[in-house]
Amino acid sequence: MAVVADATAPVATIRKKVSRPMVVAAILLAWLVLFAVLRGRQTLTLAAADLTGLHRWLNDVNDTIGANRNSNPVFLYFFNEIRLAIDNLVTFVQSLISQPTGSRPVPQIGWLGVVGLTGYVSWAVGNWRVALLAVAGFTFFGLQGLWQESMDTLALTLSAVLVALLIGIPLGVWAGLSDRFNRIMTPFLDFMQTMPTFVYLAPLTLIFLIGGASAVITTVIYAAPPAIRITAHAIRSVPETTVEAADSLGTTRTQQLLKVLLPMSKRTVVMGVNQTIMAALAMVTIAALIDAPGLGKTVVQALQSLDVGTAFNAGLAIVVMAIVLDRVTTAAAGRAEAARRSGGRLTRWRRPLLAAGGIGAAVLVYLSHTYVWAAEFPGNGSMGSHIASAADTTTTWLQDHVSGLTNGLRDVLTTGLLNPFQTLLTDSPWWLVGAVLAGLGVVLGGWRAGVIAAVCVGLLVGTGVWSDGMTTLASTAVATVLVMLLGVVFGVWMGRSELVDRLVRPTLDAAQVMPPFVYLVPFLALFGATRFTAIVAAVVYAAPVAIKIIADGVRNVSESTVEAATSSGCNTWQIITKVQLPMARSALTLATNQGLIYVLSMVVVGGLVGAGALGYDVVAGFSQGQLYGKGLAAGLAIVLLGVMFDRITQAAARRTRA
Amino acid sequence: MARHWQAGAAGLAVLGLTLTACSGAKVGDSGSAGSKSSGGKCGSFNLAVNPWVGYEADAAVVAYVAQHDLGCTVNKKDLKEEIAWQGFGTGEVDAVLENWGHDDLKAKYIAGQKTAVEAGSTGNKGVIGWFVPPWLAKAHPDITDWKNLNKYADKFKTSESGGKGQLLDGDPSYVTNDAALVKNLKLNFKVVYAGSETALIQAYRTAEKNKQWMIGYFYEPQWFMSEVPLVKVNLPTYTKGCDADAAKVACDYPVYDLDKIVSARFAKSGGPAYNLVKKFNWTNDDQNTVAKYIAVDKMSDDAAAKKWVDAHRDKVDAWLK
Repeated sequence: MAVVADATAPVATIRKKVSRPMVVAAILLAWLVLFAVLRGRQTLTLAAADLTGLHRWLNDVNDTIGANRNSNPVFLYFFNEIRLAIDNLVTFVQSLISQPTGSRPVPQIGWLGVVGLTGYVSWAVGNWRVALLAVAGFTFFGLQGLWQESMDTLALTLSAVLVALLIGIPLGVWAGLSDRFNRIMTPFLDFMQTMPTFVYLAPLTLIFLIGGASAVITTVIYAAPPAIRITAHAIRSVPETTVEAADSLGTTRTQQLLKVLLPMSKRTVVMGVNQTIMAALAMVTIAALIDAPGLGKTVVQALQSLDVGTAFNAGLAIVVMAIVLDRVTTAAAGRAEAARRSGGRLTRWRRPLLAAGGIGAAVLVYLSHTYVWAAEFPGNGSMGSHIASAADTTTTWLQDHVSGLTNGLRDVLTTGLLNPFQTLLTDSPWWLVGAVLAGLGVVLGGWRAGVIAAVCVGLLVGTGVWSDGMTTLASTAVATVLVMLLGVVFGVWMGRSELVDRLVRPTLDAAQVMPPFVYLVPFLALFGATRFTAIVAAVVYAAPVAIKIIADGVRNVSESTVEAATSSGCNTWQIITKVQLPMARSALTLATNQGLIYVLSMVVVGGLVGAGALGYDVVAGFSQGQLYGKGLAAGLAIVLLGVMFDRITQAAARRTRA
Repeated sequence: MARHWQAGAAGLAVLGLTLTACSGAKVGDSGSAGSKSSGGKCGSFNLAVNPWVGYEADAAVVAYVAQHDLGCTVNKKDLKEEIAWQGFGTGEVDAVLENWGHDDLKAKYIAGQKTAVEAGSTGNKGVIGWFVPPWLAKAHPDITDWKNLNKYADKFKTSESGGKGQLLDGDPSYVTNDAALVKNLKLNFKVVYAGSETALIQAYRTAEKNKQWMIGYFYEPQWFMSEVPLVKVNLPTYTKGCDADAAKVACDYPVYDLDKIVSARFAKSGGPAYNLVKKFNWTNDDQNTVAKYIAVDKMSDDAAAKKWVDAHRDKVDAWLK
């Protein structure tokens, strides 16, 4: 550490003489010159079906596991036990709300019971407004004709969230208490979140078999990190003075944890639960590829026959479920505070009302357990077919009337921006690109970021998919630029106007939760199977995050600063460019960071619509045994790109804040 | 406090009333569960469903017959090929109904791990090759000969093909030699990977509708052919063994005799479901009919299967003998 600190000193002195943008420009210029000279040499290209030694070795490992899974004690006594436990949990929850068990033709609790219970629980942990929303949302599933599918999805989500919290909260507490453990965990969490799920779907089914248990485990791997991170953050943010006060009263470490740290961080931990639920729902369609039941299956199946309407109907159900669960947990996090503010009158009423509501819910559960009319959702879900045909009509209209325009846009951006940039990245010698990346890391983020960038470049070369990695990097960079453009335009607009914020925000929420599989077909019709389609899909998914962060940043610029600028005669444009954006600079860097990570998480989806490169490699590895190792290597390459950018942008953000 | 309890009691009374008033049919009473109880000697039957509509049609019909004529409990599992074959060894999958000459998987699971065995042909003839949309074949009839492809290469250029003509491939799990073919036939084309069947079909659909130039990989039997009857481009004729060396292939794809693969355990059991799978045999037309019911008419798998089975009782009876 000391060495690193010393090493930054000379940079600081140089920086006084030469400004940072000038160094960046010099690096880029040198790159262009060398590219012109060395073009096409040492580019490390690898054809679609070619493999390296590493890829073959990974294949062998995979085959060995497959061949020995019935005799190896690790499987018999460890993995199989885990599988059994999780399988029992899933089957139990499913038998409660979604699947018929034994001689019963319907689950134990029918729709009326589920709706009643959801409403009651939402009211008890939140407030009556979210309870109403929850009841309306759940009834909507039935009207869509997707009751059972929705309940299967809910069952899997609940099981996965339960397991994720059982693992995540203790680990989070530990990481909150110990700096050392936190440092060890962070790279693992990064890895779990950036590794494309496609990569471990095949090995997971190999270890945990096909179906519910594997689906839950996949989801847990993806959904646990937010729980761990946010719990650790919550424990850390308990004020030092409170802990010291407890210390001086002579509490033991356990007492301190149970009586001080956990209660005080409860609110933030509930937000972690919220993030875990959202992450779990994002996995619904991916898990359907290994036969997980539920809404994801409907989406995936509808796509086989390009049935956009049906896919949209199921996607909408996922969005509604996400909105309900999000609002309920958010309300739960804020409830304690709200209750304190509203004073005693309501709290006196609360206990008897809770009891009465509980009895009411129990009666509804009993009814739905006993009577067919309360167990099976009445009606034939005709609303679903209306939604589906409306979605179909809209899509067809768009395809017929907009495709000329979209094709023009695609060609301009592809030939003008994407192709030159991609050529520069893929046709330069690998060591030149590597040097440029490390150099930019040093200039933007300091020596440490530069070293990390260099290490990542080395490992990328080691994966054997360097050239595909550079192709993906080009598309990713273009997508991120577009994300930032949208982020700045809408973020500033939303940050400056409460009304716009309220109008746009629900659309952003929906864009984040709607499974990308749903809008792939319309995008394919509009843009064809091209890299650009993948870029558009990534932008739709990543822009909401960037917009929200920038909007918050702009809103946080202090009122008085803006007023001062107005009184000194600045017009709106000047206020935005000279005051609000510069002061929201750290929000801008954070938005770039998150935008990039979200774009990277769409690389695999891009592989399904013509982006090729790493995304295609990963999908191919999932589909074909002999490409398994290459798919895994491509997945690692995506993680490496993510780590490299995350470290550089974070270090750069720390610098701008300093 | 007393007032609240009164309110609670009143609420309870109302609920109690509704409870007695709306009785209705009880769960578990006769009628609601009757049809499913015929478990019989067949037991449960785990059927893999690979992700294309033709396969879905196979699976729909076999599952329907197994359930209604043999009384099996059918568990359909939606899986890609590689994962489905993996399931033979773990007992999660009993049968795969439509195998497209996956010699690599046969070598691994039939010869290597010995968890799977072959169960004969489905009767379907699988045709793989390069196809163009019908409008293009009509406008330029000579395009169906590969020798003329270079003449038109310019027309097939896209933003993805780097100045050459684009040959669009689909899902990575397809059996394909296209990259080698382009190289060995000295075609001025570049293989572009769409990455999914959905992307490929959408590309053909748009090309036909807007009269765009497009050539790509496709196969029969396929439901999409009933919407847009694509025209096959003739590559140099297939001769036995001309595709032996994957890097030097310069001939057309063979006509695949699509076959069924079952798990070794399932075959040994010799139960009614196994016999059904073994005897299941129909034509491309049969499959396309059912696939059209599912994909174009948007019927459920079960309804589509019922419609076909009711109309072709004689064929089904032959499978059950």
